[in-house]
Amino acid sequence: MAEVVLAVERLSRNFGGLAAVSGVSLECRMGEVHAVIGPNGAGKSTLINMLSGDLPPTSGTVRLRGRDVTGLTADRISRLGVGRSYQKTNVFLPFTVFENARIAAQSRLASSLRFFRPATALRAVNEAAERAIAAAGLEGREGATVASLSHGEQRQVEIAMTLATDPTLLLLDEPLAGMGAEESARIVALLQRLAADHAMLLVEHDMDAVFALADTLTVMVNGVVLESGTPERIRSSQAVQDAYLGGDEAHD
Amino acid sequence: MRSDRAATVLLIVVLLALVALPAVAGKYYVQLATKILIMAVFAMSLDLLVGYAGLVSLGHAAFFGFGAYLVALAAPQYQAANFWTSLPLAVGGAALLAAAIGFFAVRTQGVYFIMVTLAFAQMVYYVFHDTKIAGGSDGIFIDVRPDTALFGWTPFDLANFVHLYFVVLAVFVAAYLVLRVVLASPFGRVVQGIRVNEHRMKSLGFPTFRYKLVAFTIAGAVAGLAGYFGAVQYGAVNPEMLGWHLSGSVLMMVILGGMGTLAGAVIGAAAFLLLELVFQGLSEHWQLLMGTTIVLVALFLPNGIAGLAWPLQRGRSG
Repeated sequence: MAEVVLAVERLSRNFGGLAAVSGVSLECRMGEVHAVIGPNGAGKSTLINMLSGDLPPTSGTVRLRGRDVTGLTADRISRLGVGRSYQKTNVFLPFTVFENARIAAQSRLASSLRFFRPATALRAVNEAAERAIAAAGLEGREGATVASLSHGEQRQVEIAMTLATDPTLLLLDEPLAGMGAEESARIVALLQRLAADHAMLLVEHDMDAVFALADTLTVMVNGVVLESGTPERIRSSQAVQDAYLGGDEAHD
Repeated sequence: MRSDRAATVLLIVVLLALVALPAVAGKYYVQLATKILIMAVFAMSLDLLVGYAGLVSLGHAAFFGFGAYLVALAAPQYQAANFWTSLPLAVGGAALLAAAIGFFAVRTQGVYFIMVTLAFAQMVYYVFHDTKIAGGSDGIFIDVRPDTALFGWTPFDLANFVHLYFVVLAVFVAAYLVLRVVLASPFGRVVQGIRVNEHRMKSLGFPTFRYKLVAFTIAGAVAGLAGYFGAVQYGAVNPEMLGWHLSGSVLMMVILGGMGTLAGAVIGAAAFLLLELVFQGLSEHWQLLMGTTIVLVALFLPNGIAGLAWPLQRGRSG
């Protein structure tokens, strides 16, 4: 079986008296797409924030390829091969598409404390940026300022930046949020291609995309795991039907 | 880009005019131009923080003043300091001070950063104001300008106002070019990314503290360089060269000229000092006129005076 890239054990996060995430355990292997679904407020974003180092956990452990990374800062975790995209577009609006991907690719240099040669002369960095832009379907848009792009294109920039860091594990927080049908289909196809040589943890509300992509699903409700397993098992689970899938908010 | 070419042409014209200045202008104007160039270097160093890294410092005079004091402290009493050792000492000393202050300051954000830089600068001010170091609150005269002799050869004389002008002009051009190169480097791009979205820079794997600290240190070093020549020209140092009043003035120069363009900082320094002169000639209450001008620029020219010429320059990189 493929290597376990991400192993999460009994991870919890409290905000004051509120347990936003409580005792969540899950695994994600190389080549696997693991989708985390659940209604709003289930703790999915809090979970992903702990995995990416944006938020320190209250308790529990996070292991990357066997290494304990619990509580490491976001920059350390990123450099260990974790690429994260954000639910709310989190890019460099005044910069061009190319510069957004380029600065992301530049993060893989051992150090950016280089002062005297132009950043744009780093050939390997430029190539990584171009590959990421092409993969995200933004070819031809390199010179455009990100602030001038449509919402869907900005989402693609978000993905291009994540890819430009050449991650092993992708943490994607609602990559399809706010995308049109055509853009969504393109991103789903991209994610399917990426799945082969990445481990992917996906939070997504678009159930068609989730069932098209995911090898494993974890359903969260109120900060705890309600059910975890293959898409078939989740589809047929009565508890999931009652709590989530059958409900009115299935496609919110 | 066309605006880039226009800017280059303008730059060369301005540079030629500056080189020709002592041939056509009297001592007063040459000395005024020297002062403007020194303040322009100082303003560019602050622009690196405010305009490029997004770090609004209200204590930048600490490094200017420290560089200035090191001219006086490097000289034996009634004798000249050695130019070739005192200059690196002033720049290095200001850099060390900036690294020490920055180590604490760049951990804070926004208004807290402003407060912490102000507080540290005031501490430095009172060290020189309230102790006997270099004359306490009165400051100290620099009796003899630094000696530039190199193995018996004296390339220029800093007591000669024309020589000083050309040395300062060379320092100004060098500082401008070095900052331009640094801003286009991998380091410079990281710093600008931090201004736009520090959170994203962290999640992309950049330890942002380190880069902000290095930017703060470089800015302090360049401010110390300006301070060195400020002291040489003025012929004296006093605690006001470290004070928050000067920190505020240099911040106004950067805002007036336009943040995030080095040319803006230069234009701002020139405009500030020239307006000060004009307004002082008009009225006793010249600071009222100065304040009004700053408010009007802030309201109607959010990209400063330079924004008139290059409205889209700011933040456009890559």
